[in-house]
Amino acid sequence: MSKERERGMSVIVKTVTRLTVGLILLYGVYVVLHGHITPGGGFAGGVIIALSFINLDLAFGKRVSSGILSKEGTGVIEAMGALLFLALALIGMKYGIFFKNFMHPDGEPGELVSAGIIPLENIAIALKVGAGLFGIFLTLIAAQKFEAEKK
Amino acid sequence: MNAYMPYVLCLVLFCIGIFAILSKKNIIKIILGIIIAEYAVNLFLVMVAYKAGGRAAIFSPNRGEILPEVMVDPLPHALVLTSIVIGLATTAFMIALAIRLYGKYGTFDITRMRELRG
Amino acid sequence: MINEGMIPLFVAVPLAGAFLAALFKRLGWIPDLLGVLASLFSFCLSLHFILDTAPGASFAVNVGGWGSFPEVMGKVVGIRLVLDGFTVFMLAIVNFVALWVSIYAVGYMKRYTGRWQFYTLFLLMLAGMNGVLITGDMFNMYVFIEIASIASYALVAFGVGKRELEASFKYAVMGGMASLLILLAVVFLYASTGTLNMGDMREILSGTHYSGLVYLVFGLLLTGFGLKAALVPFHAWLPDAHPSAPAPISAMLSGVLIKALGVYTIARIFFDVFGFPHQVSIILLVLAAISMGVGALVALRQWDMKRLLAYSSISQVGYIMLGFGIGTPLGVMGALFHLFNHSMFKSLLFLASGAVEYSTGTRNMKEMGGLNRKMPVTGGTALAGAMSLAGIPPFAGFWSKLVIIVAAVQAHHMKLAAWAALMSIITIVYVFRITRYAFLGELKEKLAGIKEVPLLMRVSLIILALACILGGLVLLPQVRKMFLSPAVRVLIGMGGV
Repeated sequence: MSKERERGMSVIVKTVTRLTVGLILLYGVYVVLHGHITPGGGFAGGVIIALSFINLDLAFGKRVSSGILSKEGTGVIEAMGALLFLALALIGMKYGIFFKNFMHPDGEPGELVSAGIIPLENIAIALKVGAGLFGIFLTLIAAQKFEAEKK
Repeated sequence: MNAYMPYVLCLVLFCIGIFAILSKKNIIKIILGIIIAEYAVNLFLVMVAYKAGGRAAIFSPNRGEILPEVMVDPLPHALVLTSIVIGLATTAFMIALAIRLYGKYGTFDITRMRELRG
Repeated sequence: MINEGMIPLFVAVPLAGAFLAALFKRLGWIPDLLGVLASLFSFCLSLHFILDTAPGASFAVNVGGWGSFPEVMGKVVGIRLVLDGFTVFMLAIVNFVALWVSIYAVGYMKRYTGRWQFYTLFLLMLAGMNGVLITGDMFNMYVFIEIASIASYALVAFGVGKRELEASFKYAVMGGMASLLILLAVVFLYASTGTLNMGDMREILSGTHYSGLVYLVFGLLLTGFGLKAALVPFHAWLPDAHPSAPAPISAMLSGVLIKALGVYTIARIFFDVFGFPHQVSIILLVLAAISMGVGALVALRQWDMKRLLAYSSISQVGYIMLGFGIGTPLGVMGALFHLFNHSMFKSLLFLASGAVEYSTGTRNMKEMGGLNRKMPVTGGTALAGAMSLAGIPPFAGFWSKLVIIVAAVQAHHMKLAAWAALMSIITIVYVFRITRYAFLGELKEKLAGIKEVPLLMRVSLIILALACILGGLVLLPQVRKMFLSPAVRVLIGMGGV
């Protein structure tokens, strides 16, 4: 069972995944970067990015996905995302207010680069959520293996 | 009467969740009960924001025109997102616990886990 | 210099410490240092707010600058963080205990692997608790309660043995239920008042006659926070969860977490937002009386030292709730004072039981005996904590129990006063079981080779024991004016959110 998982799924699944996984990742990045002007944002985009990694893990087995991003790596990225978010909030205090939107407070509706720190916060959340969800997934998978060994 | 139906369904969902938590012996079913009850609360939170014939909070047919009276309340939508994320964290944690417990006992049945009685 | 902009740092610094500890997990000593530094910073900040501001001064800061605007009739639209006398009082207690617990943990946690996870979760829990204390927004409070709770579920399971996992599951299910009920209550309140800010909510509610909905909210909130505070019908998780955690976490859970998440929130919401209605007072008194009795009586027949202390926590929370339920200024003062004392002696006793476990490897009091000869510091400090818990006169616990009982007599709750006095006698009985079986008497042969615990653990034990001995000084007028009275004034309606 676990050996089968190492090798991944059938050729059909692998081919389709190879074609789509980049698009899913790209769509996730799009949702993150346009989070302040279209529905979506850091959380939704982060989930989509995590899904692309999970897809990779399911189709090609553990070795491929952990070659790109290991469990250790998810922890580091998650912490960095959280710290980036916190740093943005604290830099605002230099201008007097916690979470002050100090870069570009009066945005223009529909413009991509006009919302100050909000896109940056979206990126931080996406890092945190994407890495966090993928980390949870990897943890649960690892626990399943641990349990199979015990039997 | 019909206007209350969604709220009644919400209550029914909540009660199903509580019933599952209180009466089921299987850990996974208890976790499912918590998820169901949580989603009932989230659903209720979204319905609090509802306004008959309302539209999305930032949307208005003509640019620059703001009509707060026909907009639904956007705040609960933001709150429900937060509460879903919290629910995700709780659920993930409890599933991880369930897997570890299964590893220790080889069963999901809480009546066979007697380490803490007394 | 006083700057209300510093209020968010109570949350931000522990949070930053938590994620930095996760980032630098490979460098062995960095997470330890971060844990101590973050809690030291929070404690210094709360001391700064106590010492350098006028007593009872209240500060508010609007996150992101989203304050009140004329377009929304002067209501606060964003999250408002509030720091008043009650908040500062609680912050000082929480961060004081957290500081000494984190110093203790540097020595204690050497046995465990994955120490960075411990510090990450510990600091997340601290950030959550500080957040609950400083927030003035209902939903934000729910979020911080969840942060602290989820971190504590994970900390209870830290040992990943059968016991720990089961206790953590039980705790997580019951805590999850409590959070759901709290969230439901917050939703009802939002639906009926249209605001989440506590100050605005109080103004809207104070003018109206309470409808059935508000009573439903009372029920939900009392059940939810009662679960978090482990009042008796809802206490089932505590005697499992608190002993299962590593000793520093037991101390945090019993010492401050149930107070920040349960007692503080009950006091804040029912006194400050709802104006302490009569029905709630009766419910609190009944729950308090049952908690005192059940906790003390069940503690009598425990042989596991940490389990005994956990049941004793239930009983002592009953005392605190009794003071709040009486609702007179004296009762509230007694409750707050007992809250302070209980934080000190219960975290001390849990740390001491952890020290005993560290040296002897057992928690069963039948296997102990005569530990005083081998571990004089642990034994002496535990004795101080036990005396304070039992309410022996010069120690702090005596004064707070006395204040609560006097307040009950003054408010003509004679039966409750008698009940509280009776339960404090039972408290003396079970406390003396700890000292007699564990620390006094003959040294068992098996334990001949044990040693005293490391220096850092001894330091925190001594400091907390000093707090137990000198805690009575809080009642002196000069200290009381600065520390205790502003908190009382907030709750009985002179000043507030």
